[in-house]
Amino acid sequence: MEKTTNASSTKTRPQKVNRIGLDLNFYKGEKTTLCAGCGHNAISERLIQAFYEMGVDPYQVIKLSGIGCSSKSPAYFLGYSHGFNAVHGRMPSIATGALLANRSLLGVGVSGDGDTASIGIGQFVHLMRRNLPMIYIIEDNGVYGLTKGQFSATADVGSKLKTGLVNEFPAIDTCAMAIELGATFVARSFSGDRKQMSAILKAAIAHRGLAMIDVISPCVTFNDHEGSTKSYAYVKEHDEYLDEVNFVPYFEDITVDYEPGTTLDVELHDGSHLLLSKLPEDYSPFDRKKAVQRLMEAHEKGEVLTGIFYVNPDAKTLFDIMHLHDTPLVELPEEKLRPSREVLDEIMDDLK
Amino acid sequence: MSIAEPLTQPKQHEVSDQPRINDFVIHVATVNGSGSQSANTALLRAIMQMGIPVSGKNLFPSNIQGLPTWFTIRVNKDGYLARKDHVDVLVAMNPETAHSDVMKVPAGALVVYDQPLKLDSLRDDLTFYAVPFNDLVKPVVDMPKLRKLVRNIIYDGVLAWLLGIDMESLEIAIQKQFKRKPKAAELNIKAARVGYEFAKDNLPAQNKFRLERMNKTENKILIDGNGAAALGCMFAGVQVVTWYPITPSSSLAEQLSDYMTRYRMDPETGKATFAILQAEDELAAIGMVLGAGWAGARAMTATSGPGISLMAEFSGLAYYAEVPGVVFDVQRVGPSTGMPTRSMQGDVLFTAVLSHGDTQHIMLFPNSPEEIFDMSLEAFDLAEHLQTLIFVMSDLDLGMNMWMSDPFQYPQKPMNRGKVLSAEDLEKIQDWGRYKDVDGDGIPYRTIPGTHHPKAPYFTRGSGHTEYARYTEDPVEFTKVLDRIKKKYEKARDILPAPVIEQDSNARIAFISYGTSHWPVVESRDILRNEHGIETNYLRLRAYPFNKQVQDFIDAHDRVYVVEQNRDAQMLKLMRMEFTPEQIAKLRSIRSYDGLPMSSEHLLTHFFEQEKA
Repeated sequence: MEKTTNASSTKTRPQKVNRIGLDLNFYKGEKTTLCAGCGHNAISERLIQAFYEMGVDPYQVIKLSGIGCSSKSPAYFLGYSHGFNAVHGRMPSIATGALLANRSLLGVGVSGDGDTASIGIGQFVHLMRRNLPMIYIIEDNGVYGLTKGQFSATADVGSKLKTGLVNEFPAIDTCAMAIELGATFVARSFSGDRKQMSAILKAAIAHRGLAMIDVISPCVTFNDHEGSTKSYAYVKEHDEYLDEVNFVPYFEDITVDYEPGTTLDVELHDGSHLLLSKLPEDYSPFDRKKAVQRLMEAHEKGEVLTGIFYVNPDAKTLFDIMHLHDTPLVELPEEKLRPSREVLDEIMDDLK
Repeated sequence: MSIAEPLTQPKQHEVSDQPRINDFVIHVATVNGSGSQSANTALLRAIMQMGIPVSGKNLFPSNIQGLPTWFTIRVNKDGYLARKDHVDVLVAMNPETAHSDVMKVPAGALVVYDQPLKLDSLRDDLTFYAVPFNDLVKPVVDMPKLRKLVRNIIYDGVLAWLLGIDMESLEIAIQKQFKRKPKAAELNIKAARVGYEFAKDNLPAQNKFRLERMNKTENKILIDGNGAAALGCMFAGVQVVTWYPITPSSSLAEQLSDYMTRYRMDPETGKATFAILQAEDELAAIGMVLGAGWAGARAMTATSGPGISLMAEFSGLAYYAEVPGVVFDVQRVGPSTGMPTRSMQGDVLFTAVLSHGDTQHIMLFPNSPEEIFDMSLEAFDLAEHLQTLIFVMSDLDLGMNMWMSDPFQYPQKPMNRGKVLSAEDLEKIQDWGRYKDVDGDGIPYRTIPGTHHPKAPYFTRGSGHTEYARYTEDPVEFTKVLDRIKKKYEKARDILPAPVIEQDSNARIAFISYGTSHWPVVESRDILRNEHGIETNYLRLRAYPFNKQVQDFIDAHDRVYVVEQNRDAQMLKLMRMEFTPEQIAKLRSIRSYDGLPMSSEHLLTHFFEQEKA
């Protein structure tokens, strides 16, 4: 298989295996073609680690993306999963069709800020409100990389391009928007924050419903200079944790020590635990209004607020709403799909 | 035969004094949203109940309530179903259009009208029948809202007496029309009887246009093309349906949803064996079809011209990444928003090459409910076999009008799910390339996400790819895949539905048509033979790209008229793109693009014009 031979340079010697008996190499992808230091590569690394540690069957994962630097990245992780690189801004529709066809697949979509917040805003909006069970990651750098550095719709007011051009339009906060639209797991992280991102990704894998994660992922080539609000330096300086995120999968015992009353223990659908500590006093991750308000405040203060803002582990998913068969539609035999001759006769009689 | 002398013009329509039995046109002018649809369908069904071939066409506005709408019922003992240009019996219910409606009918026609409109002074060469609808409806029901809705069915009763529809047939028709609403049925029957009794007691009998029982509709069903397509999709085993509302295709998805909810819930679990989702727009609808098709499901969408425009980008991806799916295009009048509730075959040229770059698509052209049912079944097989989109090109005339049809045949073959490799298959194969031609037919093998084998996963992309689905910008690797897709498309010509050819004589003149343009051709050929002594041959296209038979057929004739319902001779242009100069020189064009289904009068007028030239 070409994947193993061609990409061998990025792979380490297998040392140990995860709970389904696979080693880390099984979760890697091809060698990245993105710029050295690109935040997106760090996200790919975290995804590889999270899927490995969660012991997800890679054959059951589908990777989906739109167009742009971010959307290239599914080639760089989970080489043993099917992938679909769709058209610009339309990954949500591909994901929706694929997951309706086979609900047993775990969908992980990777988009960018241009792909989501501009050309893809329509499909993004409707994906959020349908609560399709999947993970939707925005690799957010505030700039169009593949077309060489134009502003995107998540760029902050006053943010400067390398050319000196200043953005005058308000930024779209994809997290606030997702919460308002009905997404049931909404978080923001930073590509440079390994610990936080790992915990959020693993919780997203365990979540039943749509998990939207906006990851600030600096573009080293076009948006990492002074005057940019999406540079490594800016984010490091202004990063503000809403909460401290810890995750304990259902197959492990809770060993994290915490003072009673300091940590919120959210049990996810599969029995995993999401532990949120150091939450602000009047904050609840089950309260959409509070979450949106806090995000707006952060914006006003110039903070890059990260953490899990909102979670609803029990909401109805699109599958529930559609009374979708428990067996994936693609696995139903022909006799379940084609009604009998008697049914046709009955309909014909009715039309006479 | 060759034409030595100029041919005569088609005969002008005139209403003679001879009684016309089971061969005339009833034209009902109403206001939409007034219950006229039920009254008209009941009338159509009542005539069918009498064993007389009949067709009905609804000429309606893009509006919900209050604008003029016309319903044309053609009764024809010989079974011609095309629209006629003239009117024999007018029912004038709409004050706004009554004046012009009356002025347009030919001398000798009958006019049933709403008494207060006082139309009888307009012309003295027509027979007028005044009916006081408002007075008649009063004793039927008290509620003004209901009165408005049953008022129209009174003209069914009036026509029943006037034309000779027996009340039993009309009552059966009304029962069927309201089969799930017994109270409404009762009320409507009561109103129809009031109309019948009024006519019997007050209107002079006439003998010009009469209906008499026949036995030509036994076992026939009455259905619209969208309903027939919906049934075809259900029996094709469709799994994922995504759509966005647009006239005239919405009723396809809606009827499909009704049928599926009724017949495709798993009896064991009570859960849906399908997913039907109303998407946010047509871009998403087609995207979902691609996602589902890629994941191994039978997926479809239904749309019309503006939706097709929006689907262009994804259609190119489906073509190049080789993802199956079925798209129903119920064509309406363009360009742009055009006339959304009028019919046209206007998307043929655009759909053939829909999307940028070198893209080619497959289209099927159904001409009747029966054929769209069969083609719906076939479209899913073809899509999965060829791993591409199949466009089923219906139109508003077929999709939204009620057609008399033979009952549909249960699928004869099991589903063809195409070349899909399982984990066991992959175990036996040394070298698998997603886009490799293994069998020489240009059709590669694919795997479905979720297949548990290390060789199964691949990366689907619209960017340049090799035979192994890897990203490439290499000129040789890129063209290799593109040429193989072309080969697949070329080979598809032989497996697509073949044209239907009627070539019984040594005729030198021939017609080619497709879809609903078929109906005026059938009638015109009979008129040419019977009234003008001109024999013609006929080829009805059922698929694009063309089969070799099309060129052979053209070669066998001197002049071939391509009959279609668009301004730009779109099908003829597709022929020009690939046929020889000799073949192209033989092609002539007959077109209509006014939004009305083409009539044989129109066809023949244009035929004779060109024959004379």
